[in-house]
Amino acid sequence: MSNIEARTTSEFPPGQHPDMPPPVATSGVVGWVRQNLFPTPLNAIATLLALYALYLVLPPLLNWLIFDANWQEGTSRADCVREGACWTMIRARFGQLMYGFYPVDQRWRVDVAFILQFVAIAGVLIEGMPGKRWFALFLFLVYPFLAYLLFYGGFGLVEVDTSLWGGLMLTLILATTGIAASLPIGVVLALGRRSHMPVIRIATVAFIEFVRGVPLITVLFMASVIFPLFLPEGMSFDKLVRALVGISLFAAAYMAEVIRGGLQAIPRGQYEGAMSLGLGYWKMNAFVILPQALRISIPGIVNSFIGLFMDTNLVLIMGLIELLGMAQSATRDPDWLGQINTALAFVSLVYFSFCFSMSRYSQYLERKLHTGYRR
Amino acid sequence: MAASAERSVASAVPIWQNRTARSIFYQAVVLGLLVLLAYFFISNTAANLAKRGIASGFGFLNNVAGFDISFHLVDYDLQSTYGDALVIGILNTLLVSALGIVLATILGFIIGMARLSRNWLIAKLAAVYVDGIRNVPLLAQLIFWYFGVLSTLPGVKQSLSILDTFYLNQRGLFMPTPGFGPGFWPVAVMFGIGVAAAIVVSRWARRRQMATGQQFPSIRVGLALVFGLPILTGLVAGFGIDWSYPELKGFNFAGGTQIIPELIALTLGLSIYTAAFIAEIVRSGIMAVSHGQTEAALALGLRRKHVSRLVILPQALRVIVPPLTSQYLNLTKNSSLAVFIGYPELVAVFAGTTLNQTGQAVETIVITMAVYLAISLAISAFMNWYNRRVALVER
Repeated sequence: MSNIEARTTSEFPPGQHPDMPPPVATSGVVGWVRQNLFPTPLNAIATLLALYALYLVLPPLLNWLIFDANWQEGTSRADCVREGACWTMIRARFGQLMYGFYPVDQRWRVDVAFILQFVAIAGVLIEGMPGKRWFALFLFLVYPFLAYLLFYGGFGLVEVDTSLWGGLMLTLILATTGIAASLPIGVVLALGRRSHMPVIRIATVAFIEFVRGVPLITVLFMASVIFPLFLPEGMSFDKLVRALVGISLFAAAYMAEVIRGGLQAIPRGQYEGAMSLGLGYWKMNAFVILPQALRISIPGIVNSFIGLFMDTNLVLIMGLIELLGMAQSATRDPDWLGQINTALAFVSLVYFSFCFSMSRYSQYLERKLHTGYRR
Repeated sequence: MAASAERSVASAVPIWQNRTARSIFYQAVVLGLLVLLAYFFISNTAANLAKRGIASGFGFLNNVAGFDISFHLVDYDLQSTYGDALVIGILNTLLVSALGIVLATILGFIIGMARLSRNWLIAKLAAVYVDGIRNVPLLAQLIFWYFGVLSTLPGVKQSLSILDTFYLNQRGLFMPTPGFGPGFWPVAVMFGIGVAAAIVVSRWARRRQMATGQQFPSIRVGLALVFGLPILTGLVAGFGIDWSYPELKGFNFAGGTQIIPELIALTLGLSIYTAAFIAEIVRSGIMAVSHGQTEAALALGLRRKHVSRLVILPQALRVIVPPLTSQYLNLTKNSSLAVFIGYPELVAVFAGTTLNQTGQAVETIVITMAVYLAISLAISAFMNWYNRRVALVER
């Protein structure tokens, strides 16, 4: 073969050249591997190193998580005889991890509340859902009272003190209430920041920049230690309510910046068009500007919801025990001492499945919105 | 006549429909409400404090704190005051933030580049890293590093050793400390001379390139001057550095520097977490530079390495810097999660222990928040300055 290539083409009369060897494959499995894994020597070394790292990490991890793990039921760590993760603990503590210390016979109320919430949110988010407006009305006007009734009690339902709430249930309550409260506050703050009135602009900018400049933990410290001092004697709020106030105000400052970004993306012509139709400030914002601005900001809003969802575990500092805190406290129990990695693996999986699906949804929305504006 | 007509129209508008009047009225109402709210909060707080017998004021900062702090960069002992404790807390926050920012930036840039790699496996691994890390709460990761990894290290007697100079065990990382004797002075002086010479050479090289177009490897020569001169001096005259090596004495190590596991866990957790966000920023920044820029640079005859350094990176940095700033701020604020694993930074030392001991709730929280605000403002001021430097200069 090499001596064919070595000879110059002039040795052959036109049309008499023997067939050349086929070019290097660029399609098929071999071609794909060559192009994507071994395009250059340096890349080949990187690929081999990465494969070796995977070989070192993946099999032990899978063994620990699945093949060598303890899936059986049991009552203490002595039942976890195999080397891998002790899912036995998760099975034994599953109720607490989900509901905290909520009375066992009342847990159906939590289930009902979350199923209702899930259905209502799905009804609002799924495209082309018939009666979308009714789902939205239910979610924003009826559901909050219904949820309060189901979670806390009243009207014949046994009252369950908030100190008994915990686990994933508390995480979801904190995150959803936080986002629901922070959205309207964020809209007001964003409008205030773009206001022409200096007093209002300065007040909102000061609030937003102050809150964004301090960590959530200090805000929660404030909610737990200083907030009671702010109130007159005899007036006090539940610990959970104080945490919710702190989280909502904190999230509202970030929400305001997300919505401000959406407001800035609205072209001037929209404002001018609305004004020339004779709409006043509130009508202009409510019917022309905000519907468009909020639509653009949905990916950002979902992202800040993910952030809020992951930040809720900081309420541990106030003594509220949500999912992560509950898992950690399970491993402090003498029965399950030292099973921290199993607890963390479980909590991480729960958080990951929530947050990853939300972030995929926001990416999908981003793509959809992007194409909507492209002509 | 026209003017008088306008005036009559203006006076026909009742005052509650006059734009300026309404704006002033609204602002007065908002201001009044804010003042009322502030008065309500302050008077209640004063009454509550008076009833509980807590004297307000910042005098407690001069009282003896009487608690120990496991890790401090400057002198601190049981006789130190709450003010000293505050300083220790601030320094520890700044230390872990600085370490975290440097590591997260390096890791984030590597992973961001890896996500754009032509190599399918590398790109996928980087994507898995980003998605996996970003969707698990930072607190869970910190707890994993501290309780899941570092607490399971062997005890002091069974320390893992690296070349018998670094030791890793439950109490942290022990490493040798340089002690600078008088013999170090020549080396330090030569380092200074090297830096000065490198600056002179690079200025000369730049002038020459501007004038004649001839290039000069000023970076390589500069590095040789900065590091070569002191090393050469050290080899000839001796470095004059007394290394203090950690040695096992009894139940602990003596000599060297101990880096506590809390600091290692926090630095690892913060930088690994933030690197995932920085990687996404770097990726979108590089992707924001249009491919035409690369093609044009290649068409001008620039080499591949010059294309990325002189054409792609400067333009990508303009997109990268503003969101990078907010990641640095987030990292600094997230360092407050140290309170959960026991690293003695600002929140743990001051809003935690000091608050519990003194009961000065308002003062400690106000000081803590003020420090974070100051750090945030300082970082964003610096990054704004840097952003102005790299920003596009248009006509």
